[in-house]
Amino acid sequence: MSPFSISWKSLRANSLTSLLNVLLIAFGIGILAVLLLASSQISSKVHDNARGIDLVVGAKGSPMQLILSSVFYIDYPTGNISLQEADSLARHPLVKRAVPLALGDNIAGARIVGTDSSFINLYNLQLAQGNFWQHDFEVTVGATVAQEQHLQPGDILYGAHGLSEGAALHEEHPYRVAGILKPKGNATDHLVLTGINSIWRMHGQEEEHDYEHGEEEEHHAAEKEITALLIQYKSPGAMVLFPRLVNKSTNMQAASPAHESARLFSLIGVGIDTLQWFALFIMLMAAISVFISLYNSLKERKYDLAVMRIMGASKSKLFQIVLLEGVLLALAGSLLGLLLGHATLQLINSYQESAHTRLSGLYFMPQELYLLAAGCCVGMVAAALPAIQAYQSDISKILSKS
Amino acid sequence: MISFRSVRHGYGNNISLKFQDWTLQQGEPWLLLGNSGSGKTTLLHILTGLLKPQQGEVLVKGTNLYQLRPKELDLFRGRNIGLILQRAHLIRSLTVLENLLLAQSFAGLPTDRQLAKATLASLHMEEKINRYPHQLSQGQLQRVSIARAVLHRPALLVADEPTSSLDDKNAEAVLQLLLCQARATAATLVVATHDQRVKTSFSNQYSLPDVAV
Repeated sequence: MSPFSISWKSLRANSLTSLLNVLLIAFGIGILAVLLLASSQISSKVHDNARGIDLVVGAKGSPMQLILSSVFYIDYPTGNISLQEADSLARHPLVKRAVPLALGDNIAGARIVGTDSSFINLYNLQLAQGNFWQHDFEVTVGATVAQEQHLQPGDILYGAHGLSEGAALHEEHPYRVAGILKPKGNATDHLVLTGINSIWRMHGQEEEHDYEHGEEEEHHAAEKEITALLIQYKSPGAMVLFPRLVNKSTNMQAASPAHESARLFSLIGVGIDTLQWFALFIMLMAAISVFISLYNSLKERKYDLAVMRIMGASKSKLFQIVLLEGVLLALAGSLLGLLLGHATLQLINSYQESAHTRLSGLYFMPQELYLLAAGCCVGMVAAALPAIQAYQSDISKILSKS
Repeated sequence: MISFRSVRHGYGNNISLKFQDWTLQQGEPWLLLGNSGSGKTTLLHILTGLLKPQQGEVLVKGTNLYQLRPKELDLFRGRNIGLILQRAHLIRSLTVLENLLLAQSFAGLPTDRQLAKATLASLHMEEKINRYPHQLSQGQLQRVSIARAVLHRPALLVADEPTSSLDDKNAEAVLQLLLCQARATAATLVVATHDQRVKTSFSNQYSLPDVAV
């Protein structure tokens, strides 16, 4: 019979106390696991979505709002900017690539993005079926949207005004699905892409143009608006000059995705820190609880330990047995905690509204093994003193007192 | 052969107990007599390798117990010395059979379920092998602890006051069991007691004098 099975059976004999200890450890490790998994998923999502975008130019307002709406497609846009001004920025020598975005409508919650082929190149999009949009009112839909709405090329869709589900439908102009994108694992999976002109026509900007003719066209181009411009620099040096240029000499604002995501993290970081301390506090309580229960059970079991010595067990074997009890409790607690962490994230996932920011419970990290090891260390430390006591117990004294 | 030579022990620095030399032949049943306070338990603990005396030596099967390293002494005790405590005690979290298997494993012997079951059967405990200690009566517990003590056919079988809490009939039964098991395993039996009922069954006696305080 190994020390392992002796410890296991002893824990089973005190199943309620053992359960309490396991739950305490599981709770602490669970919170730490949720924090670890969630922050890693959020930062990898941020990274994936902001890849290749050095700067976003949009209407004045909150720079974070601009980034959230134009890079992550979760907040509302800050407003519109003039197409003419945007075009002049796009032609600036420091700019390698400029991607126009026109937001405003949605299909069943998925945002319709009016843009041009530069968007395809920016995100390196590929088609799973059909084609990219070519004519007005043709759309190419993201993989997740197609899957959730059961869309096929050739299907007809109606956009709804605004960015949230259930608003008034634009029934006058149906969209036709031209193609479906391959999944990219970022926000583009959740978008419906079309030409900018479709957005303008949908909102009447181009219809005006139909009534008036010829020389008026230039004038109207000036009135055309887009929501934002995603910019990729030619050289890193532009990072210093270009934002200042936009902010000083135009009535638009420039926001850096990297800078704003860092700011976002520092804001939610306070919450993460608080939760982390809370989890560590719970782990401390768990350690104390393991210590007290082992210490108490040792008092009741000192006769058991004396009998083990009579049977030939050495002092170090008793030490092992008691230490192993702490480690087993901690191991069970930590494993349960990791399971709990993943289950919690999966639960959060099912309540999250915006589909592309969803956290997954099926996301695993090698750092979880550190959590497991840390949990076991807590158990070992808590069991150390009782184990030393078991090691030092004087059997002759225990037996003669009975 | 077991011998006990010029053993002296005391608690603290003063030596208060001086034990007469004692030699026990293999297979001999002995009675250890002494009133409470006469150092009977101390003697038993010294004899079974649980308590290192301040002076003197104890030889069991030619091995000087207190010259062994602590780990070797534990193993030697597990294999060669069976100790039956006054109040029978088994490991609470293990079944009767598991308690015996644990004894085999602690003594460094291979697990032998058949032997464990046969030993329990010889004490009429075969039906209780999967019970837990708290499900047994005190008498049943004592049978199991006898089974545990004789399991590895020890050279020395020591029982501390095995009859003190029993009525006449049961006391006699336990005594016969011990004698019978000792004979079957060719063990030297030492029964420590102050119980007058036991005396008639033994020819060899080692008496501790009352300590004058």
